[in-house]
Amino acid sequence: MNAPVNPKKLIKGALGDWEVVIGMEIHAQVTSRSKLFSGAPTAFGAEPNDNVSLVDAAMPGMLPVINRECVAQAVRTGLGLKAQINHRSVFDRKNYFYPDLPQGYQISQYKSPIVGEGEVLVDLPDGESIRVGIERLHLEQDAGKSLHDQHPSMSFVDLNRSGVALMEIVSKPDLRSSEEAKAYVTKLRTILRYLGTCDGDMEKGNLRADVNVSVRKVGDPFGTRCEIKNVNSIRFIGQAIEVEARRQIAIIEDGGTIDQETRLFDPTKGETRSMRSKEEAHDYRYFPDPDLLPLEFDQAFVDRLAAGLPELPDAKKARFIESYGLSPYDATVLVAERASADYYEAVAKGRDGKIAANWVINELFGRLNKEGKSIEDSPVSAAQLGAIVDLIGDNTISGKIAKDVFEIVWSEGGEPRQIVESRGLRQVTDTGAIEAAIDQIIAANPDKVEQAKAKPTLLGWFVGQTMKATGGKANPAAVNALLKAKLGIE
Amino acid sequence: MPRQDETIVSTKPAELTDLTLAQARDGLRAKDFSARELTQAHLDAIEKARVLNAYLLETPDRALAMAEVADQKLAAGEARPLEGLPLGIKDLFCTHGVTTTAASKILEGFQPHYESTVTHNLWRDGAVMLGKLNLDEFAMGSSNETSAYGPVISPWRRKGPDGTGDETKLVPGGSSGGSAAAVAARLCLGATATDTGGSIRQPAAFTGTVGIKPTYGRCSRWGTVAFASSLDQAGPIARTVRDTAILLTSMAGHDDKDTTSVNLPVPDFEAAVNRGVKGLTIGIPKEYRVEGMPAEIERLWQQGADWLRDAGAKVVEVSLPHTRYALPAYYIVAPAEASSNLARYDGVRYGLRVPGKDIAGMYEATRAAGFGREVKRRIMIGTYVLSAGYYDAYYVRAQQIRTLIKRDFEQVYASGVDAILTPTTPSAAFGFGEKAKADPVEMYLLDVFTVTVNMAGLPGLAVPAGLDAQGLPLGLQLIGRPFDEETLFAAGQVIEDAAGRTALPQAWWA
Repeated sequence: MNAPVNPKKLIKGALGDWEVVIGMEIHAQVTSRSKLFSGAPTAFGAEPNDNVSLVDAAMPGMLPVINRECVAQAVRTGLGLKAQINHRSVFDRKNYFYPDLPQGYQISQYKSPIVGEGEVLVDLPDGESIRVGIERLHLEQDAGKSLHDQHPSMSFVDLNRSGVALMEIVSKPDLRSSEEAKAYVTKLRTILRYLGTCDGDMEKGNLRADVNVSVRKVGDPFGTRCEIKNVNSIRFIGQAIEVEARRQIAIIEDGGTIDQETRLFDPTKGETRSMRSKEEAHDYRYFPDPDLLPLEFDQAFVDRLAAGLPELPDAKKARFIESYGLSPYDATVLVAERASADYYEAVAKGRDGKIAANWVINELFGRLNKEGKSIEDSPVSAAQLGAIVDLIGDNTISGKIAKDVFEIVWSEGGEPRQIVESRGLRQVTDTGAIEAAIDQIIAANPDKVEQAKAKPTLLGWFVGQTMKATGGKANPAAVNALLKAKLGIE
Repeated sequence: MPRQDETIVSTKPAELTDLTLAQARDGLRAKDFSARELTQAHLDAIEKARVLNAYLLETPDRALAMAEVADQKLAAGEARPLEGLPLGIKDLFCTHGVTTTAASKILEGFQPHYESTVTHNLWRDGAVMLGKLNLDEFAMGSSNETSAYGPVISPWRRKGPDGTGDETKLVPGGSSGGSAAAVAARLCLGATATDTGGSIRQPAAFTGTVGIKPTYGRCSRWGTVAFASSLDQAGPIARTVRDTAILLTSMAGHDDKDTTSVNLPVPDFEAAVNRGVKGLTIGIPKEYRVEGMPAEIERLWQQGADWLRDAGAKVVEVSLPHTRYALPAYYIVAPAEASSNLARYDGVRYGLRVPGKDIAGMYEATRAAGFGREVKRRIMIGTYVLSAGYYDAYYVRAQQIRTLIKRDFEQVYASGVDAILTPTTPSAAFGFGEKAKADPVEMYLLDVFTVTVNMAGLPGLAVPAGLDAQGLPLGLQLIGRPFDEETLFAAGQVIEDAAGRTALPQAWWA
C-alpha cells in the first residue's frame, strides 16, 4: 500500500523522523475437534500427553492423514480475508531437531500454500481505515511443549499440542505504527472469531504473533528487519514494536547497522533481545512431504463453504450504519465481537437503533467492563434490555429511572415492566399532579421565581425541585413545558 | 543355458516344508496334515538353519497358537484364504507386542503397540507368523550385510570347477535378504518383504525365488518402518509365481491410514496366473543392455523373450531413453527422504538412548551408536542434497528426472506394450565382503535394473529363469502398467513353466 505518510506516525530520532515498517506472521490455532494429521483430540486442559496418538508421537511407520475439517477452516478463513483460494497446495517438511518435535520435522506448507493474497480492512481508533495486504495463509502443525521446571536435570515433554493445526497468516509489510499493528491483530482476531475458525484466545496461546520490524527514513527502501517471535498479547505487540523500533533507530543513528535476526520481547524488562545468531540459523531443508499427496479440491467445495459463511464484521458494520442509523464509531464498537453484534441486534430489532446502541455501548458494555464480564455472561439479557428501551419509548419511565431499572435487573433479575409496576416507578405524566407540585414550589420560592425571569437557566433548579417532589417519576418533558409556561420563560 | 529339469517338488514331498504355499493350502483343506504339523515342521527347520541368520526373532509360541486357531477353522470348514500357512515377516513391519528392529541398534528391543496394515491383513486371512526376518539396516543395502544383527547367509553355494561344493559364503541380496533366504531354504512358505529400489526383486533373483514389488499405492505403508516414503512398497517373496499372487491378494488393499494407498479393488491375483500371454506385446528396452553385463545374463534375457514369444506374445524392442539417469537420481531421492524419515530416531521417546551432556549431546551420542555406517552415509547424503544451495542442483533435478523416467514408461505403454522384460540384476550373487568393502557405488550399481520401477511407481516381478555356470540362480524382471500386476503374474508363470522351477538349494546347513 502506498498511502501518503502520516507525520503523526513517524518516530522522532535524534537525527530526524523515522518510519517504522511492520509485517506480521500470526499463528492461529484452527478450531477443530482433532489434530491436523491425526485423530487425537485438541481439547485444552488435558493432563500432559493425554491427547497424543501414535502419529503425534512419531512412532515408526506412522503416517499423517489430512483432517478435512482443518482444510475447510483454512478455506473459510481465506474467504474471510478476501483472499485467493488455491485449489492445489503442497505440504512440505521443515526439518529440525527438538525434543517437542517428535518427527524431527514440522509438516507445513512452504512453496504452495492453501491461501494466497488477500486483504484486511483495519479500523483505527481515530476513525481512519487502512487496507493491509495478506501475503498468504498456510496450514502447519504445532509443536509440543518442553517443560524445564519439573526435574533438576531433565526436561519433560508434553505432546498434547504436537500436531494441532495452525494457520500461519502472513501480512505484507503494510503497517506503519504500533497502533496500526495492534488494530490489525484486533481486526484479524475479530474476523477469525466471526468465522469460527480460531477462538483467538491469546492467553492460551491460540493466537500468537511474530512481528517483523524495520525502520527507514521516509521514502527510503525497506531497512533490515528483525523478527520478534511469539508475542502473545495485543498490548505486548504494541510495546515490542515501540521498543524494537527505538533500538534500531539508536543503532543506526550511532552509525551502526541492523543485523537480521530473531529476537524475543521481554515485557518485564521492556526490551527485545537476540534469540539466535546467524551462525546458529537453521537450514530447514524443506521438501515436499512424500507421505502426503498434494492437497486438491474443486471450486464446488469452496462454493459450499462460502455459502455457509456468516456475515463478516465489515458487512455487518455497513449494515448497522445503514439500517440503524448508527455512527461509524458505534457500529465499529458493536461489531467487534459477534456476540456483541448479535446482542445489539436483538435489542435494536423493532426499536430505535440509536437508543439501543447507547444502552448497549454505554450502560451494558460499561458495566460489563467494570465487572470484567463478557457479553456471554451478561446478567441482563437482550430481551430485558429491549424491554427497558421499550419502557423509555412509551414514556412509562424516564431515562434516569431506566438506569435504576437496569441496576435492578442486573443485580436481581426480573422482567423490567413488572419491576416498574411493582415498585411504582412509572413516570407521572398526569399534568395535574405535576402542576400541583410546581405550584407548591413556586409558592414557596418567590425570590427564585423573580430571578428566573431575568436568568432563564435557573429553570434547571425548578426542574430538579419538581423531580424531587415527584420522586423522580415525573415526565421530564412535561415538567419542562409546564415550568416554562408558569414562569413565563420562552 | 543350464536348465534344471528335475524339480525337487513331487506330488509326495519328503518334507512338509518343501510344499509350495498353494500345495500346502490345498493339503490343509484336504486334511492331509494339520496346520500345527505344518507349522511345527517349519519351526524345526528354522531351528536347524540358525547358521543362516535369516530370522532375527523366532516366535514359536505365537506360531503354534495361530496354527491352533487355524486347525479349528479348518475343522469347522471356515478356512480363510491363508488359513494355517506359516510365513516369515521382514523385521521392517511393526508387529503388535513383537520386537521390531528394522535390523538397527537404534530400535533394539522396540515393541510396537500396533500391527502394520500388511501383516494385519495376513493374520485376518488366517496366516501363521513364524518370526521376524533379517534385513539390511532400515532396508538400506543390497546384500544384507548392513544388518546390525549380522548378515544373512544365502542357502545357495557355488558349484566348484570340478562340480563339487564351494563353501564360499554368498550374500542373499538385500535388503529383503532374510525373506529371500528363508523362502529359498524352506524356512517359511512365503515371506513379506519391501522394495524401495529393488529390495524384493534383487534378493529374489539371487536366491531363485519369486518376488513382486506391486504398484506404488497397492499395499498400505502404515506400520512399516519408512525408508523412502515415495518409493517404499511392500510385497511378497515366495517360491512360485502362484504363491506370490496368493500372498499379494491378501496383503494389498486400500487403507484410510495411508493417504498414498490407492482405493482400487484388489483382483484375485491367483486367477490371473494361468491367463497366458497370447496376444500380449512384450517390450525389450534397449537401454538395459548395459556395458559389462555378463554374456550369461544377456543370453538368459534373450531366452526369456523367446519363451514369451513361443507362448504367443509379440516381442518388440522399446526405448526408455532416461534409464541411465535413474540410478543417480534414485540415490538422491531415496537418501533425501530417508534423512528426514530417520530423524524421529532421536532417543527421546523409544529405542536406544545414549546420555549426553545436553540434548544435542544426547542426540549425537544416540545416533552415533544407534545407526550403522550405511545408514549414516545415506542420512548424510540426504541431508546434503536437501541443504540450502544444493537443493535445486540435486533434489529438484532428481525429481525432474523422475518425471522423465515415468514418461518414458508411459510412452512405451501408450504404444501398446503390455509389459517390459529385463534382467533383474546385472550379476548373480557374490561372496561376503566382495562388494561391501569396495566403493559403495559398486553396491549401488546392483540396483540398476530395478530402481527405475520404483522411480516410476510401477509393478515389477522377479522370476527365476535359470542358473549360471556356477550353479547360482539368475532372474528376469517383468515391469507392468500401473495396477496391472495381473499381466505380470500371467507372463511370470509362462517363464516359470518354460524355465522349469529352478532347484532349491541343498540343505547343507541342517
